[in-house]
Amino acid sequence: MMKAGRIVRLAERDRAEVKFFLDGEIRSALAGDTVLTAMLASGQVLRKSEFGPEPRAGFCLMGACQDCWVWQDEGPRIRACSALVTEGMRLRTTVRESWP
Amino acid sequence: MSETLPPRIVIVGAGPAGIRAAATLVEAGLHPVVIDEGQRAGGQIYRRPPAGFIRTPQQLYGSEAAKADALHSLFDRLAAEGRLTHCAASSVIAVHEGRLHVLGEGGVQVIIYDRLILATGASDRVAPVPGWQSAGVYSLGAAQIALKAQGVALGRRIVLIGSGPLLTLVGAQLVKAGADVAAVLDTSPWHQQMRGLLQLASRPFVALRGLALRARLGGRYHAGVTLERIEADGKGVTAMRWRDAGGRERLTPCDTIGMGWHLRAETHLADLVGCAFTYDEEWRQWLPKSDEVGRAGNGVYLAGDGVRLLGADGAEIAGRLAAAACLADLGHPEPSASADLRKLARVGRFARGLACAFPWPAAMVRALPDDAVVCRCENVTAGAVRENAGFGEANRVKSLSRVGMGRCQGRYCQLAAVELVAAQAGCTPDAVGRFRGQAPVRPAPIGAFLREG
Repeated sequence: MMKAGRIVRLAERDRAEVKFFLDGEIRSALAGDTVLTAMLASGQVLRKSEFGPEPRAGFCLMGACQDCWVWQDEGPRIRACSALVTEGMRLRTTVRESWP
Repeated sequence: MSETLPPRIVIVGAGPAGIRAAATLVEAGLHPVVIDEGQRAGGQIYRRPPAGFIRTPQQLYGSEAAKADALHSLFDRLAAEGRLTHCAASSVIAVHEGRLHVLGEGGVQVIIYDRLILATGASDRVAPVPGWQSAGVYSLGAAQIALKAQGVALGRRIVLIGSGPLLTLVGAQLVKAGADVAAVLDTSPWHQQMRGLLQLASRPFVALRGLALRARLGGRYHAGVTLERIEADGKGVTAMRWRDAGGRERLTPCDTIGMGWHLRAETHLADLVGCAFTYDEEWRQWLPKSDEVGRAGNGVYLAGDGVRLLGADGAEIAGRLAAAACLADLGHPEPSASADLRKLARVGRFARGLACAFPWPAAMVRALPDDAVVCRCENVTAGAVRENAGFGEANRVKSLSRVGMGRCQGRYCQLAAVELVAAQAGCTPDAVGRFRGQAPVRPAPIGAFLREG
């Protein structure tokens, strides 16, 4: 469950643990993590590029570049850098094929 | 005398400029609305972590802790006392005839203003390096935000590339926090950096602080490098390929790159409200026009890095000045501006020194191979931009190649695209023009407009 990710936690490691789901798989993060931090703490990338072969992992972290789009199971798209992860959040790295 | 409603004043941005503007208006008895994309006020350079983080301002902001702390507590106090309205986590996505369309969690709402102060700040000025579309390439600002707001390094082994004060600052901050910084590669050669020295001496303490930070980087720092390519595999970055000042080829293994060449003003809203723009030769970008205190006409005022790239100290001064101009135009007694104008002149001299010492890498951009990605949003290549550069006008090239039309709306590719068009058309970048801003200035889901009122 706690895979090695791209991100290295350097400080503030004593926060409460939060569980979330990524593409149906349970993952853990810390309360106050952005979705980007949460996903990259146990993974290397956020999503695939629609225009090239390479995966993407965010770029500006200030809500301007839109490189960090991920989706919630319920449908809405979020910027992973700007949204905080919450307990039980269900995230997807791809957009839903059919809308709920 | 008939009683009139108080003027509706809206400030966009709650960084150093927006906070000082708000406080100046509150002091005069007015109640501004402050719209900001952050969850908490402070802006990017004084960005605050979410609730529950415990590092002290000293740990977060180093030598600038007192300034950051003063701004944060001032804003929090004014908000708590109900003397301003804070719309947090909200983006102004369009503006038309005195109406701002504001995207927040509940959808889009309309906020009407009589006077508008734009303190929209800046983001990293980036230049494409072959391979920069790979996972693990970030802006320098991103690396700093990750450290400050989340307490993390964005990778296990980091190379920083670019030029400018943030390159040194982010490098030193990461090293101090315990991150593995493999190299800090500055495209500005030493002789170029020395050229800015005279003007940098206008703020000797700031200049010395920069040198002290540089010293912390030790042998990691290299000036006058040539950036060849970011190597990557299917998962992301694997190495930075570069040549040192002596021309020797170097390969530095890493999983993360931070890049930036100082700042690019965030000007989309100034464009939408109809501000005139001029091409700034020093900053090699288009900037909205205002008078020396930030008046841009039609009840619009500009302050901070969104109009002149002066950094946080300059932004605080410019925020006060813009609000004072707004007050004067409303017939309020105007606080004296002369001391602030003197300070601003000194900050401006220093900023010109930075622009000279750490220039935009025009030659590097012009030499990009055809297969290098210029637009990260849609992987539009340098070759595609060149093919369509024949008309020599920025918006034609945009329509034909889609460069600048992606989801970041040209924020991270337009300066490079214009440079490529200028090279191809044999003219200067200012002759190519600039990409017109289009609403919405942030992508907005259709559903957000359904409840618009």
